[in-house]
Amino acid sequence: MQHAGTEIVSAVMPIIERWKHEEGPLLPILNGILREFGYVPREVLPAIADALNLSRAEVYGVVSFYHDYRENPPGRHVLKVCRAEACQAMGGDAVAERLQELLGITFGETAADGSVTLEEVFCLGLCACSPSAMLDGEVIGRLDEDKVQEIAREIRA
Amino acid sequence: MMRKIYIPRDSGALALGAEKVARAIAREIGLRGVEAQIVRNGSRGLYWLEPMVEVETPTGRAAYGPVKPSDVPSLFDGNFLSGDAHPLFLGNPEEIPFLARQTRLTFARCGITDPVSLADYEAHGGLRGLRNALSMTRLQIVEQVTESGLRGRGGAGFPTGIKWKTVLDTSAAQKYIVCNADEGDSGTFADRMIMEGDPFVLIEGMAIAGIAVGATKGYIYLRSEYPHAEQVLNEAIAVARNAGIVGKNVLGSQYAFDMEVRMGAGAYVCGEETALLDSLEGKRGMVRAKPPLPAHEGLFGKPTVINNVISLASVPIIMDKGAAYYRDFGMGRSRGTIPIQIAGNVKHGGLFEAAFGLTLGEIVDEIGGGTATGRPVRAVQVGGPLGAYFPRALFDTPFDYEAFAAKDGLIGHAGIVVFDDTVDMLKQARFAMEFCAVESCGKCTPCRIGSTRGVEVLDRLAKGIEPSRQIEIVEDLCNTMKFGSLCALGGFTPYPVMSALTHFPEDFRPQPVREAAE
Ligand SMILES: Cc1cc2nc3c(=O)[nH]c(=O)nc-3n(C[C@H](O)[C@H](O)[C@H](O)COP(=O)(O)O)c2cc1C
Ligand code: SF4
Ligand code: FES
Ligand code: FES
Repeated sequence: MQHAGTEIVSAVMPIIERWKHEEGPLLPILNGILREFGYVPREVLPAIADALNLSRAEVYGVVSFYHDYRENPPGRHVLKVCRAEACQAMGGDAVAERLQELLGITFGETAADGSVTLEEVFCLGLCACSPSAMLDGEVIGRLDEDKVQEIAREIRA
Repeated sequence: MMRKIYIPRDSGALALGAEKVARAIAREIGLRGVEAQIVRNGSRGLYWLEPMVEVETPTGRAAYGPVKPSDVPSLFDGNFLSGDAHPLFLGNPEEIPFLARQTRLTFARCGITDPVSLADYEAHGGLRGLRNALSMTRLQIVEQVTESGLRGRGGAGFPTGIKWKTVLDTSAAQKYIVCNADEGDSGTFADRMIMEGDPFVLIEGMAIAGIAVGATKGYIYLRSEYPHAEQVLNEAIAVARNAGIVGKNVLGSQYAFDMEVRMGAGAYVCGEETALLDSLEGKRGMVRAKPPLPAHEGLFGKPTVINNVISLASVPIIMDKGAAYYRDFGMGRSRGTIPIQIAGNVKHGGLFEAAFGLTLGEIVDEIGGGTATGRPVRAVQVGGPLGAYFPRALFDTPFDYEAFAAKDGLIGHAGIVVFDDTVDMLKQARFAMEFCAVESCGKCTPCRIGSTRGVEVLDRLAKGIEPSRQIEIVEDLCNTMKFGSLCALGGFTPYPVMSALTHFPEDFRPQPVREAAE
């Protein structure tokens, strides 16, 4: 979904209002925006800074610190692949290679047709069912060639 | 008779298809018009058998697994609702050796009850600890926790009771209980399992902590990679609030305690307690220098107890059965039980709660059953990405904080990742350095720059460029990181790196094969 700048700002106002009087409101606001839009549009940061009485630099500093706050709209699907040790131990590196090959992109990229954003993640807590991944919030364990193919099919569908 | 069918809603089970199985069972119930009720429980933690479906029969639970949606019609045909035999029949789950050998104190209910049913929780011993706590003075509660010998399960192993005492003794108008549910260590999932499988035990533990130290507000800082845990926790907190377990008067007492879940945003270092507090306050997750201790100046500058999920979830059983009961399990200065997470390339992966003292070999070879690939076990990493790699030669090390430290390792959050003989230890050492470089909060030069250098140096070593020189530099870097870092990210990354180098030197030697392959 694409939104014009001012439209986005007005769309985030309810999220800011919901949290601004709570303790430590910044992360809940950013998480709320991420949930709503799939990314944290940088044009909303001034509005957050104003509402919370912070400098824009402070807000930008926080946003840039956390891996989750992607700057650009993701693809229609988001595929996170675990690259940590328990998944490495079960052939996770090969699975990661295969997924990049099938989707034609590398980690951190979004497919040109906007179908998918591919991201690395370090542990999904599925270490006894490795290698693992998360597709649009749904967890997938024991990835093998069949499951990898199925993921690629679902993404292209 | 209305039969109950248990199908886990635990992430691990879901990752293996539990949702599709649940749908297939619901469809079959409808088609056949049988009287049965589906309960979505947590996982027992026997992941090689998930999705494991259980039915309640007059003679106890009967388990079937691993169930695929296509197995469902045959389960009904075989009359599994009465616990009849079937190729997937596992018998009474409690008699499966992996479970029968455990001592489940913290995980007593996990996988048995409906995680958001308070009736289930109370029927299985829940809330007894909190009720006992309400009949004691604050100091008596803290003393019970101290006497139990409970040490922080987040990694550092600091005595929980002593931390609580410091907060109790610090006077302030507002104090906080913060639960560290960042569980960033690879190879670990105990926090996730208890939050998804028995969230009330964490809520109860936090309420007891609040009453003990005089805190009225609790936060659970949960990593964003755990959306299912978030869902279950929020459901459970709402149930608990409705029932008056948290709120203005905890179980009708004069104590107020309420809590909420706050999500992280993907940053390993935010599991470090002071970075976590910064993150909760809405800042970058930067590690703070200590002192001041969080117990004196924690969240928003107020006295704060910050404990790991398992530390807090172990408090109810201590308050229920008494400090001595808990302390009697274990060895040396490691008292009680520890939920060991057996992961990676292992035949029987899952959660194994046991008294401290099992040897690494017993855990990996006997309980874990060796590798999933059937190849020899070559290395195991214990304690997450900052933990050491252990070779078979050290498999007699007992699971105990001090015993692991004596072998230049750590227990950490008790995750064990098993690797077979195809593992390349140079690659694992490089990964440890790379992980540190990516996740560093940036405050200390040795951590931020040293780890990046480490990656470069190990890359040169892999190419066979001046190998002995590179090894010298790696050792040097590790030393600088170990002593020049503010927190354990920079300070402990040398553990995986140096253990790989020390115990598996053959992987770091210039190999003609390695060079030829370039
Ligand atoms: C880089 C780093 C990451 C950490 N991650 C976690 C974590 O994910 N969960 C946790 O409970 N403790 C983690 N810790 C340990 C905490 O700093 C702290 O010791 C713990 O929350 C205290 O609780 P406990 O005494 O109950 O263990 C981490 C420490 C460091 C240095
Ligand atoms: S050791 Fe690394 S992560 Fe820890 S405080 Fe220093 S720079 Fe930050
Ligand atoms: S290491 Fe991949 S899920 Fe934990
Ligand atoms: S602050 Fe003590 S190890 Fe990081």
